[in-house]
Amino acid sequence: MSPPSPGRIPVTKTPKVYVGGAFVRSESARTFKVSDATGAFFANIPQCTRKDLRNAVEAAAKAGPGWARRSPYNRAQILYRLAEMLEARSGELVTSLVRFGAREADAARGMAVGVDRLIHYAGWADKYEQLLGSVNPVASAHFNFTVTEPMGVVGVIAPDSPPLLGLLSMLAPVIASGNTVVALASEKVPYPAILLGEMLATSDLPGGVVNILTGFRRELVPTFATHAHLRAVYAAAGADERKALRLGAAASVKRVRFADWSGKEWFSDSAQGLGPIRDFVELKTTWHPIGS
Amino acid sequence: MPQTPHTAHARLLDEVGSVDQVGVEERVAKFATRSIKKASKVWGLRTAVSMTDLTTLEGKDTPGKIESLCRKALRPHDDPDIPTVAAVCVYPSMVRHAKAHVGGSGVKVASVATAFPSGQTHYRTRLSEVRGAVADGADEVDMVINRGAFLSGEYSRVQDEIAGVVEACGPAALKVILEVSELETFDNIRMASFLAMGVLRPGDFIKTSTGKTALNATLANNQVMIEAIRDFFLDTGIAIGMKPAGGIKTAKQALQFLIAVKETLGDAWLTRRRYRFGASSLLNDLLRQIEKEKTGAYQAPYYFSDAAESY
Repeated sequence: MSPPSPGRIPVTKTPKVYVGGAFVRSESARTFKVSDATGAFFANIPQCTRKDLRNAVEAAAKAGPGWARRSPYNRAQILYRLAEMLEARSGELVTSLVRFGAREADAARGMAVGVDRLIHYAGWADKYEQLLGSVNPVASAHFNFTVTEPMGVVGVIAPDSPPLLGLLSMLAPVIASGNTVVALASEKVPYPAILLGEMLATSDLPGGVVNILTGFRRELVPTFATHAHLRAVYAAAGADERKALRLGAAASVKRVRFADWSGKEWFSDSAQGLGPIRDFVELKTTWHPIGS
Repeated sequence: MPQTPHTAHARLLDEVGSVDQVGVEERVAKFATRSIKKASKVWGLRTAVSMTDLTTLEGKDTPGKIESLCRKALRPHDDPDIPTVAAVCVYPSMVRHAKAHVGGSGVKVASVATAFPSGQTHYRTRLSEVRGAVADGADEVDMVINRGAFLSGEYSRVQDEIAGVVEACGPAALKVILEVSELETFDNIRMASFLAMGVLRPGDFIKTSTGKTALNATLANNQVMIEAIRDFFLDTGIAIGMKPAGGIKTAKQALQFLIAVKETLGDAWLTRRRYRFGASSLLNDLLRQIEKEKTGAYQAPYYFSDAAESY
């Protein structure tokens, strides 16, 4: 922030979360204080509740059918366009990461990797089907084939480190196949995710496809686990949270996958690929009679 | 002196009193601030289920669709403790099909009639439609008022027509649809309410809308009508029921309507004999919230016989 000119009243920003294509406060009106790396007060960030999570799931479910119906080619274009938007505004994101304690070089590299990762998944959007689908040999007079379908609404719980690259790396493969997402941003460094929401809003991604909440993991992780409308949860989580997620997800037979990368691994090519796409699609096999 | 529409309007308005629009809007805004939790929430949700007139009014209704609607009415969800709905609401040609499934169960068959939704046909045709529906077994008839006559100031004609339909109903209860969105003002809604109530029997209803226009039941027009019911009851001792219809899609809205009833008419109206919801998608949301209260987990809509896509 540039030093205020004498006598000018500072204009501070009220960060809001991006849900259903709009910027909203928590329905509870609660916020929590976030300080920057120097310990100075930065902003009051929405402390989202389970009701905000419920509302975000409704928004994601509403956006879902339209997003899933788009052609894979079109989803690829939209992801690529998102990468373009982030590239153009990467300076702002790097500045925010540095402000919350990242080293300048790491932040810049993380942004470059994040943009490249979006392009990576943009490339996959119209190609994973060829690899995950199949034509299956069967003994009877049937043409038997398997295709993928998106699962529906997927919960994403982002890591604290790296806050932004982690979130991007988890979002992109989930939406590439036509799922919609309700994400929980890093609790420690939530602001870059709020900026990301502002960039999503100006990209071609339809409102509601990605919804990003901020708040406390201990308040929201249990609801991510038990909310039956979430078909899957993709989480960067510690041992206790993993157990809570698995237990909570059991009643609704929800798919739970964990992001196992840590530290530098998020930056490497091993943190991307077909695997995370396959984790969030359903396989549908069709038996089509072809006569004897 | 010949009665012109202008003097007729002034006279009726003078008789029933006008509505303070700002006051009503302020009042209903408060209903949304009540905090209903836990046991009282479950009570409200279950009561709302029991007050629902489960409705299908589409050109593509078939006997098969009516059958599945009736099954849903009798057993809304797999939990047998959940009450049945109040009634199924269908077109006259579907009454006998509905009656075959819910007859004797306590779930009533309601039929719209009188050239629903516009009401724009000959009076004798409308009356014969009512008689036909009742003959087929309708327990309740939902009629529309003649808005054209109302808006041109022919109030006695509107009232006489309602009286004629009351007679044609015989033992069936009558619900008079004012179609509030076509009445334009709160004063008109109040006047139409009084015109209808003047010829209704205890146990009959007034109803907001057909659900076929852009604006349907809102807390505000519900409030105007239940205040009219209250004032009419205090004057005459005759208790008329109320049915908001159309646009009530969520459990949260339904609870707000119940709060309005409780705070305006009191507990005596918190029963399906005096208050109904005309709705189709509301029921599933009520069930969803009841299940959420029971299990503690938010539920997916496709657990509740929604015709939803995989999302």
